[in-house]
Amino acid sequence: MSEYIGHDHNGTTVGPVEKQFFTFAGKEAPFLLESGAEIHPVTLAYETCGTLNEERSNAVLILHALSGDSHVAGYYTPEDPKPGWWDIMVGPGKGIDTDKYFVICTNILGSCMGSTGPACVNPKTGIPYGTDFPLITIGDMVRAQKMLMDHLGIKKLLAVVGGSVGGMQVLEWCVRYPDNVASAVALATTCRHSALAIAFNEVARQSIMADPNWCSGHYYGKAKPGMGLAIARMIGHITYLSDESMRLKFGRRLQNKSALSFEFGAEFQVESYLQYQGRKFIERFDANSFLYITKAADYFDLAREHGKGSLVKAFSKCRARFLVVSYTSDWLYPTYQSKEMVKAMKKNNLDVSFCEIQAQWGHDAFLLPNDKLDHLMKGFLNRVAHESAPV
Amino acid sequence: MWPMNPLRYDLQIIASWITPGAKVLELGCGEGDLLLWLRQNRQVKERGIEIKESKVVKCIEKGISVLQGDINTEIMDYPDQAFDFAICSQTLQQVYDPVFLIRSMLRVADQCVVSFPNFGHYKTRIQLMFTGCAPVTKELPYEWYDTPNIRVLSLRDFENFTRQAGFRILKKAAINTKNHQMEGKIVTFLPNLSATYGIFLIGHQ
Repeated sequence: MSEYIGHDHNGTTVGPVEKQFFTFAGKEAPFLLESGAEIHPVTLAYETCGTLNEERSNAVLILHALSGDSHVAGYYTPEDPKPGWWDIMVGPGKGIDTDKYFVICTNILGSCMGSTGPACVNPKTGIPYGTDFPLITIGDMVRAQKMLMDHLGIKKLLAVVGGSVGGMQVLEWCVRYPDNVASAVALATTCRHSALAIAFNEVARQSIMADPNWCSGHYYGKAKPGMGLAIARMIGHITYLSDESMRLKFGRRLQNKSALSFEFGAEFQVESYLQYQGRKFIERFDANSFLYITKAADYFDLAREHGKGSLVKAFSKCRARFLVVSYTSDWLYPTYQSKEMVKAMKKNNLDVSFCEIQAQWGHDAFLLPNDKLDHLMKGFLNRVAHESAPV
Repeated sequence: MWPMNPLRYDLQIIASWITPGAKVLELGCGEGDLLLWLRQNRQVKERGIEIKESKVVKCIEKGISVLQGDINTEIMDYPDQAFDFAICSQTLQQVYDPVFLIRSMLRVADQCVVSFPNFGHYKTRIQLMFTGCAPVTKELPYEWYDTPNIRVLSLRDFENFTRQAGFRILKKAAINTKNHQMEGKIVTFLPNLSATYGIFLIGHQ
């Protein structure tokens, strides 16, 4: 997902938030991964906003996408230039209303924004894991999140909400923990990557691994594979946009010049934009985390993992009420993939709502201000909260 | 909860046929007026199918479960007898294969409700007879070249059809509506001539 961090135009915000940490899985009880490998300890960074009610029944877990973090809304300090990444959706009176719901957002396992990942120190060696960090899956991320929910004393989530790779975690939550999820909102996501999505991820990974600074993943304390990661991000950004959005946003316009200069600099606006996005990304993201998370997304296959190849079977234990949203111009996770999951849910008699929102901004549309999505979210959560409320 | 709008007259009739607590599927549910009313007043478990994005958004805003899609294809994914009632209100005349649709409705639901504008109404008959042109009325406001109503049928046509197709009519209502269909009355005298709409509850033979 891109960074579209924007201030809410109404100026409402959840205000100050604080990054917190939860560590589990000691040496004697390590966290067993789906690959069979073990890690210990495991730390998850998380943030909360709103207030947990007495019944502990108003918790909404937000799951971020590839490059996101736990900072979903609000500000760390009054001087912060930018709020959390989904400040337009999460806050008082917003789509996910923090006056009503207790919002939790946790950085995913394998990331580099406070949770355990390849950039963390390996207790066995005393130096960062690098590529000694075991491969993780979406299922591993979700199982770690479940540990956090147990720690917070939340037995049943009112809703799990997420887009893109966050949406994969949403689906995984519902299938893996059917008793612990009352409802789920899956935005611009898929039950498994298409060959197209895997192809883009692979080119991005290759660009990191081809960077001479990558050093087989053991670059910590030395020069970072910045060029590789920047190119990986540029590839990602192409998949987040669409032909239409690029045409509207850039066309063939030139950057700060009126004629072609017959040299290899960034001349077109689209080139300049992608280079800027790449440069900005390497300041905050770890190249190895990018490798691990994209691999986890490529491995994700709900039908294979939970239904012996059948998506209908995979959803058979689910009991959550679903809202599935796709976007017309999303070519990374096109509408047919959302329809596939909706179909499997229907065959299981699950309560599912589905809307394909008209949007020209490609996959990224779910992060952009959109009244329709606000209304959908509000209405859906309202209903779920109303029906889960003790009579 | 969501504020309640008064229900259109034909929908009031349909609502009166739905048993409390039933599982209801509505094909072409629009902005969800009927389903919302049924949920709040008959405690039904509702599902809707609607093709138009803006209407789907309105439904979900109201907390109604709705799928965006084409009724002819979306109905195929539901398991057999998943519902007690399937409703298709004022849409049958726009369906390419109504036999398939009604059979599908009776596959997924125990009973189904269909309603449609009556082309046998005296005003349409008079228009055709005296002007020689395809009728344009309040209920059928389109010209021949832009009408979505590709199936021209009267109440009698439909009754003949149910006999041939092997469906059983469990209840029927011929109605006359006014004031943007918000008000109306049941027609018993020469219904095929004087009713603007027909509503039928259908079951298996």
